[in-house]
Amino acid sequence: MPERPNLEELRREAEEAIGAAGTAAELEDLRVRYLGRRSALTQVLRSIGELPPDERGPVGQGANAVRKALEALIERRDTELGSAELQRRLAEDSIDVTLPGDPPQPLGHLHLISQIRRRMEDIFVGLGFSVLEGPEIEYEYYNFTALNHPPEHPARLPQDTFYLGERVLLRTHTSPMQVRAMELQEPPIYIVVPGRVYRPDTPDATHVPMFHQLEGLAIDVDITLADLQGVLLAFARQMFGETTEVRLRPGYFPFTEPSVEVDVSCFRCSGTGRVGDERCPTCRGEGWIEILGSGMVDPNVLGYVAGKGYDPDRVQGFAFGMGIERIAMLVHQVPDLRMLFENDLRLLDQFGAGP
Amino acid sequence: MKVPVAWLRSYCDPGTSAEEIADALTMSGDKLERLDRSGVGDPAGFVIGRVLEAEKHPNADRLSVCAVDDGSGEARTIVCGAPNVAAGQTVAVALPGAVMPDGTKLGEAKLRGVRSSGMILAEDEVGIGTGHAGIMVLDDGAAPGEPLAGHLPIADEVLELEVTPNRPDVMSVYGVARDLHAVTGAELAPDPAAEDAEASGGDQAGDHASIEIDPEICLRFTARVFEDVKIGPSPLWLKQRLLAAGQRPISNVVDITNYVMLTTGQPLHAFDLDRVRGGRIVVRRARDGERMTTLDDVERTFTPEMALVCDAEGPSGIAGVMGGQISEVSDSTTRVLMEAATWVGPNIMRTSKALGLRSEASARFEKQLHPEQAIAAQRLAARLMVELAGARLVPGTLDEYPEPREPRTVPLRQERIERLLGERIDPERVGEILGRLGFEPSGDGWVVPPWRDSDVRREVDLIEEVARVHGLDKLPTTLPARRAAVGRLTGAQRLRRRLEDVLRDRGLSETVSYSFTSPRALERLRQDASPLRLDNPLSEEQSVMRPLLLPGLLDAAAHNTAHGRDELGLFESARAFRAAGALDAAPAESPGGVTPAEESHHLAALMTVGRRGGWRTPELAADFYSARALVEVLLATAGADWRAEPSEHPFLHPGRQASVHAGDRELGFVGELHPEVAGAWELERPVAVLELDLDALEKGADDVYRDVTSVPAVRQDIAVVVPDDVPASGVEAAVRAGGGDLLESLAVFDLYRGEQVGGGRKSLALRLEFRAPDRTLTDEEVAERRAAIEREVEKLGGGLRA
Repeated sequence: MPERPNLEELRREAEEAIGAAGTAAELEDLRVRYLGRRSALTQVLRSIGELPPDERGPVGQGANAVRKALEALIERRDTELGSAELQRRLAEDSIDVTLPGDPPQPLGHLHLISQIRRRMEDIFVGLGFSVLEGPEIEYEYYNFTALNHPPEHPARLPQDTFYLGERVLLRTHTSPMQVRAMELQEPPIYIVVPGRVYRPDTPDATHVPMFHQLEGLAIDVDITLADLQGVLLAFARQMFGETTEVRLRPGYFPFTEPSVEVDVSCFRCSGTGRVGDERCPTCRGEGWIEILGSGMVDPNVLGYVAGKGYDPDRVQGFAFGMGIERIAMLVHQVPDLRMLFENDLRLLDQFGAGP
Repeated sequence: MKVPVAWLRSYCDPGTSAEEIADALTMSGDKLERLDRSGVGDPAGFVIGRVLEAEKHPNADRLSVCAVDDGSGEARTIVCGAPNVAAGQTVAVALPGAVMPDGTKLGEAKLRGVRSSGMILAEDEVGIGTGHAGIMVLDDGAAPGEPLAGHLPIADEVLELEVTPNRPDVMSVYGVARDLHAVTGAELAPDPAAEDAEASGGDQAGDHASIEIDPEICLRFTARVFEDVKIGPSPLWLKQRLLAAGQRPISNVVDITNYVMLTTGQPLHAFDLDRVRGGRIVVRRARDGERMTTLDDVERTFTPEMALVCDAEGPSGIAGVMGGQISEVSDSTTRVLMEAATWVGPNIMRTSKALGLRSEASARFEKQLHPEQAIAAQRLAARLMVELAGARLVPGTLDEYPEPREPRTVPLRQERIERLLGERIDPERVGEILGRLGFEPSGDGWVVPPWRDSDVRREVDLIEEVARVHGLDKLPTTLPARRAAVGRLTGAQRLRRRLEDVLRDRGLSETVSYSFTSPRALERLRQDASPLRLDNPLSEEQSVMRPLLLPGLLDAAAHNTAHGRDELGLFESARAFRAAGALDAAPAESPGGVTPAEESHHLAALMTVGRRGGWRTPELAADFYSARALVEVLLATAGADWRAEPSEHPFLHPGRQASVHAGDRELGFVGELHPEVAGAWELERPVAVLELDLDALEKGADDVYRDVTSVPAVRQDIAVVVPDDVPASGVEAAVRAGGGDLLESLAVFDLYRGEQVGGGRKSLALRLEFRAPDRTLTDEEVAERRAAIEREVEKLGGGLRA
């Protein structure tokens, strides 16, 4: 019978060797050497039956404990070596993270006019207005007559209006939807009407033959000019910034009375009229910017829909209309209106993807 | 309207700066457009001088060397070129350092060897007149050295006001002063047109002239006769006021007509009575084709719409617009017929537009003046004719006024003011405002003064007056009660935004093109149907309403390509237009909500790139399938059940296009642009396009829950080999017929042509998914379906590949 190995010595030696193993192959060799069939430990466990009965227990338990300890140690070392190995492989796999993504996920752009129009619509929806649209080819009746333009009003002349027939035209403003909407819906009514409008203007930096407006109309039994100021202040603060102020000035439109022009305090120079040492280019030094025309709906206009519940002695309200391009140009400092209709991507790509 | 501030202050002076006056006027409705200067910017350096000696220049015939007392106690030497300079004159002097109206600074200079330190001034040199024939010789009352500005209005400010069409009354300096008085409360001078001149002589105006009018075109015609008129230059103060207001002084009589117009808002016309043939004025409609040469030396042709002022033999002026040369006042005039008339505003406007001739007079008449203003203007004019032209006013006024106007009384309820404005204004304050504007209380209402007659007719008009003068800045800020008002976008509007976003988020950029296009563009697109045409287009290029959005996208593509951007993905979301019937049948009264034409909202896209390339991904050119993929995602987003059908759009590649259908409605098209069409827009890259009518989309029903998780689906891939001419949709229909209810979905994942399937045939690889709602399918059930599919495919002349 061979001499029984010293288990403690064996364990120490094995632990040291396993800890030093640098590769999976080395570790496998060690596993075979210490735990394999021919290993000293296996020999001990196999020969337990040859021991005297009273020694079998202690020797078996001792050898088993060493075996389990070594097995655990090898496994742990194996995991360690595995992660180190993976780490090495991953390190070799590293790439240039500063290259752009691929395939590309290009982001397009909404046109600046659409971006502003959507923002305006959303603000007025939040203020309780519904969004309505109307025909761009319109009857003279809705575009002029029912809006209190007398038959001789100069805006009706072909110099100022595109015609497609004797009483059919391209709407010159979004206001014809005021009467159309009132014909369709009894008061109270709160609507905004965005859309294209047309005027035979020869193009220059501030004129083009087609542009966009947003009309507003609110009619109820008790809507006041003060309410108009409140609604437009709420709009202006959301559109131009929370510190914006509005200013109502007397104006004139055939279909509102009283009529008011509405200015907002300049959001570029905070109403000071100056940017640095220069005159503010946005408000031209005035501190205020005219953004829209409005007023209380003229009783004559309500008279055209009196039969639909709009008795001018019973209901009243306000209307307003503003140019979407004008606001887009102000907010984004676009110098020339014509640029918005050239569809030049070098321009359009400057303005983000849009809301 | 140009309002010289010094002139304005002579009627109403709130004692504040020009800027503050402009602010007050702006906030009450007379908006300042510009604040200008007239004359010199800084009056310093301009003084009164006295010519002590004036000797001929030793080296120049036309120059004089003057010794001038400038109040400093030491005589100043000034070389002067004016022929009228003489010792003893009180003159206007600019000292070295003074800044002239054109901005140059006066220095000392040697003129032909004589040092000149200063300048004796002519009126045009300080912008108070146009004369340059000689220096100004002033009254002797002024002492040398006194500031010149104290004696001559050499430095004035000018407010340029934007006058709204309803306010002819503020097209006059006194009218602006009245507004200023109302807003500031500063005292208003008496109406300069209130007082009349004294007539003299035993004759009557009627002895010299007669008048005949057509009351349809002339509401009132007044005329006065002046004799012994001495034509000459106007005094400096008058010239300065005219110049500052933008009018060139001509002669005293002409200047008086302009001055009275600028003061009162009522235009006048002065005739040389000796040149009024027959001494007769006839106001009548023009005969068709009648001609006359106007004061601006242009021969004009008239229509019967237009009103003429004629004498016994023919036209002498266009009523309310411009006079003619025939009876123009000249230097030899001694008898003047002064006309102040009231015309029909709309008629004047039409005439002036039709002739392309706008004048200071027509700008006022077209806003409708009141007949009372005519006689007021006569009074002021008469005083000035007597005072400045030494004229004798012949007694009597020729006055044709067939229907005298009664003053209008407009009721005003106090509670109505608060109800409309949302602000209570004290009744006393209301009375103060209306009183200052010239309204007079009468019972429950207010009598409207003549100059506001055309604008103030109803209670609401009075309320506007109260509001604008009281100050809109005092208005409270409130929000409407919003009963039953719920703000929202409609379903169609939300969907439109979603679909635009789908394209935007796939890298396409939105364009906005004009709704009109050219007939030529539609011709190039081989559109047969005649489009809606504008009667008065700006140009042929923009003369028809587009029936589809494609031309705008093509223009945008051409523009960007020409500027070096040819990798394009563009879309537009806008209306397309088609005739819906005859446009001439339009009613004059309410059309009751119908629309004159057919308008539908289209979404269209154009691409030259199907998939953008990256540094490791090759770019794919746009083709039918890349455009179709967009149609698929758009219509899936819209929840539409749709199909593509072969189509024959003449602007698309004949073999690579389809029309898009949902139910029985055609939504639009998708395809590759016909190379000839692409060529017409000079697009060299392949172009794929799509256009859908979003208004033709029907709102789908809400989706209902189906159990797709409790039992597993069975997937099976098959390869279907069919003759080449069988379309994929045919294969799909056959597979669905064979698959029956158990076939839940199918998708094409490969297309193969080649040796393995034989010539003239193709193989489509399909991924099938079978599912029963209530049980797990057995292999046998699936095999049965597969066999049924095989039978269906065989009917197409094809089979399944193992």
